[in-house]
Amino acid sequence: MSWLLAPLAYQFMQRGLLASVIVGVLCAVMGTYVVLRGLAFLGDAMAHAILPGVAVAYLFGGNLLVGAGAAAILVALSIGLFSRQGEVKEDTAIGIMFAAALSLGVALISSMQTYAVDLSHILFGNVLGVSPSDLWMIAGLSFIILLTVGLLFKPFLVISFDPVLAATLRLPAELLRNLMLVLLALTVVVSLQTVGVSLAAAMLVTPAATAYLLTRRLWPMMLVSALIGALSSIIGLYLSYYFNIVSGSAIVLTATLFFLLAFLWKRTKSI
Amino acid sequence: MTHTPHRLEIENASIGYGEKIVMRDLSFQVPHGARVAVVGPNGAGKSTLFKALVGILPLQSGRILIHGELLGAHKDCVAYIPQHEDVDWRFPVTVSDVVMMGRFGQMGWLSRPSKTDKQIVRKSMEQMGIGGLANRSIGQLSGGQQQRAFLARAIAQEPHILLMDEPFTGVDVTTQEATLNLLDHLHSQQVTTIISTHDLNLAASRFDLVLLLNHKLIAFGTPQEVFVKENLAQAFGNSLLVMENGVMLVDECCPPEEEHDHHDHAEVK
Repeated sequence: MSWLLAPLAYQFMQRGLLASVIVGVLCAVMGTYVVLRGLAFLGDAMAHAILPGVAVAYLFGGNLLVGAGAAAILVALSIGLFSRQGEVKEDTAIGIMFAAALSLGVALISSMQTYAVDLSHILFGNVLGVSPSDLWMIAGLSFIILLTVGLLFKPFLVISFDPVLAATLRLPAELLRNLMLVLLALTVVVSLQTVGVSLAAAMLVTPAATAYLLTRRLWPMMLVSALIGALSSIIGLYLSYYFNIVSGSAIVLTATLFFLLAFLWKRTKSI
Repeated sequence: MTHTPHRLEIENASIGYGEKIVMRDLSFQVPHGARVAVVGPNGAGKSTLFKALVGILPLQSGRILIHGELLGAHKDCVAYIPQHEDVDWRFPVTVSDVVMMGRFGQMGWLSRPSKTDKQIVRKSMEQMGIGGLANRSIGQLSGGQQQRAFLARAIAQEPHILLMDEPFTGVDVTTQEATLNLLDHLHSQQVTTIISTHDLNLAASRFDLVLLLNHKLIAFGTPQEVFVKENLAQAFGNSLLVMENGVMLVDECCPPEEEHDHHDHAEVK
């Protein structure tokens, strides 16, 4: 058992493990909506769209998470604004905002030169650099997001499954849709630290897609997805420790392995 | 009750999509508990009227009152079954999950289903003959079974007014019968039912009132009052053939997929 406990002798490993598990669960739960509502492209876009926010926070020496959060919410709301009346299709609006934000981020970053290392941490995560205050922020935001999802489980179910029923029941579908985008943006921001912006989209999609293969109802799908997200984070982090590979990649590759196993299991079952 | 007020009133309503007005200056009143058949040629605006009644499509002018209050004041008293359910059939929900959604309006968005809610859901499914399918995924059901699942959801909603768009078109006999039985049941429960149909015999035999439409109100009254030559000629134009012995034929089949799409076929000039 010593190989299990050895990494935990280091405090930064303990914090890293906690942070990855929290982020794994959070991404997996929000990911069910991403998979069911076909928002994978949006998740990917959102992850890249927070670059300018991070860059601005860097320039002014502010908190990276705050900068990323502000950028993500701004992008999420402007996508909602452009596509609300149907003048522009949602995926088109996402494409425009995604490219614009990414370009702005790269433009801002290219004007500076000193932080190549930190930039790679933003892109691929630096789970071992999670400070106690980072951990508190990750835990707090995750709690708020998961609580909101729990409280709004039924309205989110109805607007996702049957928009006509949502209208007849007089649900504020527009507001709920925007709220979901904001929650998604915050999720991406929270996962910045552990898997980084370029792999956050994978953590949103892969565990949820795996759970979709294994379950038939939304609530179990969320639970199974969360379990796969947590397991992938733990296994991935150990792989990263022993084989000295980037933690974000190890976590995502573990999640992908779960997906492949579930896919094969489903195939053999249906034959 | 000493007086039965009109429970559904439409006053000078004009309905349309953007610039295009589909229904002009529509006024009628439906008394509480009545069974109303909505009849008219393809593209006459029947589905559009339903969407307005349920609040999905805002009125261009005029107003709709339910129990004397503006549409939207009562959150859960109108149930609506569109011609084609626009839902995600691959969504991970079971049949009983779908029917339970009918209870959401009454149970409150934050609370969990009570024993009563679960009982109502079970009874609604049994009434529509899909009790045995409760734990199936909604996507696994046949078309008729899916329609019955949505009918069960409408019953579970315990509405005062039930709107059904073409429930008899393109479904199996079992579902047709289940729907007709449901109409009788709802009539005994004093629920107002408004149903669009292409079946004029059905409209004449099973309904109290007929609403004849073609982009405007042509006639509204009992089947005897509405189904006369002048009205039908006005509604169906060239599709109507009057025989010498008084028999009238209406050439009306195959409703189009969407009656509000922009190439409108039924504009009778």
